[in-house]
Amino acid sequence: MNLLLIAWRNMQQRGLSSWLTIFSMALGVTLVVIVLAISGVVTESFQRNSSVGYNIIVGAKGSPLQLTLNTVFYLSRPVENVPYSYFLEFQPGTGRQDAFKKIGGRMHEADRPGRYSRYMAGGFAVPVCLGDYFGPFRVVGTTPDFFANLRYGEAGDMEYKFSEGRNFQEYSQENGYFEAVIGSRAASEMKVKVGDKVSPSHGNPDGEGHGEKFTIVGVLAPTGTPNDRALFINMEGFYWMDKHSKPLDEVAKAEKESGLTYAETPGTAESDGLPAKLPIHQREVTAILVKPGGESGIFAANMERTINENLQAQAASPVREIANMLSMFVQPVQFALLVLTIMVCLVSAIAILVSIYNSMSERRRDIAVMRALGARRDVVLAIILAESVLIAVAGGVIGWLLGHGISAIASPWVEDQTGIQVGFLTINTWEWMLIPGIVLLAIGAGLIPAFSAYRTDVSRNLSA
Amino acid sequence: MILEVTNIQKSFPLPGGGTVQILDVPQLKVDSGEQTVLLGQSGGGKTTLLHIIAGITTPDKGSILLDGIELTKLSEQGRDRVRAAKLGYVFQTFNLLPGFTALENVRLGMTFGNGKHDITRATRLLERVGLGDRLHYKPSQLSVGQQQRISVARALANRPRLLLADEPTANVDAANQQKIIDLIRETCQEEQIALIMVTHDLKLAQQFPRIERLEDLNRVLQAVAK
Ligand SMILES: Nc1ncnc2c1ncn2[C@@H]1O[C@H](COP(=O)(O)OP(=O)(O)OP(=O)(O)O)[C@@H](O)[C@H]1O
Ligand SMILES: [Mg+2]
Repeated sequence: MNLLLIAWRNMQQRGLSSWLTIFSMALGVTLVVIVLAISGVVTESFQRNSSVGYNIIVGAKGSPLQLTLNTVFYLSRPVENVPYSYFLEFQPGTGRQDAFKKIGGRMHEADRPGRYSRYMAGGFAVPVCLGDYFGPFRVVGTTPDFFANLRYGEAGDMEYKFSEGRNFQEYSQENGYFEAVIGSRAASEMKVKVGDKVSPSHGNPDGEGHGEKFTIVGVLAPTGTPNDRALFINMEGFYWMDKHSKPLDEVAKAEKESGLTYAETPGTAESDGLPAKLPIHQREVTAILVKPGGESGIFAANMERTINENLQAQAASPVREIANMLSMFVQPVQFALLVLTIMVCLVSAIAILVSIYNSMSERRRDIAVMRALGARRDVVLAIILAESVLIAVAGGVIGWLLGHGISAIASPWVEDQTGIQVGFLTINTWEWMLIPGIVLLAIGAGLIPAFSAYRTDVSRNLSA
Repeated sequence: MILEVTNIQKSFPLPGGGTVQILDVPQLKVDSGEQTVLLGQSGGGKTTLLHIIAGITTPDKGSILLDGIELTKLSEQGRDRVRAAKLGYVFQTFNLLPGFTALENVRLGMTFGNGKHDITRATRLLERVGLGDRLHYKPSQLSVGQQQRISVARALANRPRLLLADEPTANVDAANQQKIIDLIRETCQEEQIALIMVTHDLKLAQQFPRIERLEDLNRVLQAVAK
């Protein structure tokens, strides 16, 4: 008969008490597994989505993290805007002068190229206007370039696809400037499809409607990115919505304060047979998504520095901001949670200790009998340790199964929310520490009763 | 010679301080395979003497040679080993482990010995004591006589060289008493096991070829008598 069987029989003898301690250990391990799973999902969802296909986010001065959270994850409060003319500084070649002529309006030094144009050959800059809501979902005013140029996925190399319809156009015969594309999640939750007309509300999810209706022309295929939870509308249409143009008196005040001279042109929209566009000086953008030209963004660092030296705006690197946030906020919280759950396991180990220790007085005779049958003291010690380990490992296995079972049950919901799959067998690397950790803990807990067994006086405890 | 006890002395501390001497045994020798009965009044120190022979209690003085091994020179671990290898012990109160079946109780007697897991022998021993159909019963499901028979089988499981039986029939009715004594004596004979059996019962004692009285062995009791 091996020692484990003897330990098992001892456990059975303590019945309910054994099962309760197993249950408490199972609970602790379940919590550890779930915390590890949640940590994994949170970290992965941030890390995966920080490869966005561009290197720099340019926006109003302020917190670079807030700019990143806003622009990449559509989280946090909307940030301030920067003038549209600032966006034009990122047009390659003569893009800045051309845009001025086409859109029209007032602009300082209208005939020079963009200040950063020299970095931009082969790259791109996509403007983003945030601040509106569609139901609970963020509205993103942008250009068709958003889906043409940006990528997603872990390697940042997957193109956006449409499960229905197409990308919106800057101008279309049937919808003018008022086309929209919707993320998969937002579409299913808001129950809209291609052909539906939607109208964003201003400022917050319960804000009043704007009146202008955008026609949905495409539904994005699921990407597992925050873009699944957003409505994308044509920026040209966005500008014509109520309260989206910068009031003229503010423009005049700003121009006066700057003391600069401004050129003015009416723009070519009407002569091209298009509806009028909002003039440049009344336009603003929330963020500019920039991928500089050059091999693997060699200009990016340079450009980031130059932008940040300038007082007008800031440049943030989303990858770096996310990494910072993970190490500064998320990881410490995860660590604290993990420590808490490990404490739960520790308490369970103490419960094992107490339960075995309390049974020692009833067991003295049994131990003495085993000794009289020739069991060495260290064998008796091993039997008690084995019992402790058995309880802990049984609890550990049950807890592990329970934790992964719960993860698996929650998996469809998590995937829905984050695009990250957590299967029953998605195992965090830290989990491999669990079994040796539990065994060590159990040995630690078993040592006190085991030594008490070790010291049992045989002759006194034999009822001869 | 399987056992040679020389000049053993044992005292126990008194609750109020000081000590009381229980044993002072100049000599006790037992040959291999010899069957001895040990008679003596209650409280005379019979159980204490068996515990000392088994290495469960250490004497204050003296020497115990068990199958040529000097027990008093061994560590507790060493005595545990010798006990596992050479000794069987049948307790007055059986001392079966309640959580284990009859068969498991017998196998426990082997587990701690030379580590042999001879289920066949365990089963055969239980059959020999008439419990072949009760192998998987727990002690609480068995009668007192049956429990004592398990404890005999357990004591013999490890093929000891010396069997110590401490009033093995004190808790058993007269009919069963004789059966158990016969069983112990026959098995010891078959397997060439020396036997020291403690009893109060003169009638039982007279069946044995050799009778030792504790009053003769133990000088403490002689002093008291004077
Ligand atoms: N651990 C101990 N501490 C103190 N005194 C003890 C201890 N063990 C035994 N004694 C004392 O030693 C004496 C002898 O006890 P022992 O059990 O050997 O007697 P016994 O001859 O077996 O008696 P019985 O026939 O009633 O079983 C008793 O007076 C007992 O109180
Ligand atoms: Mg006694």
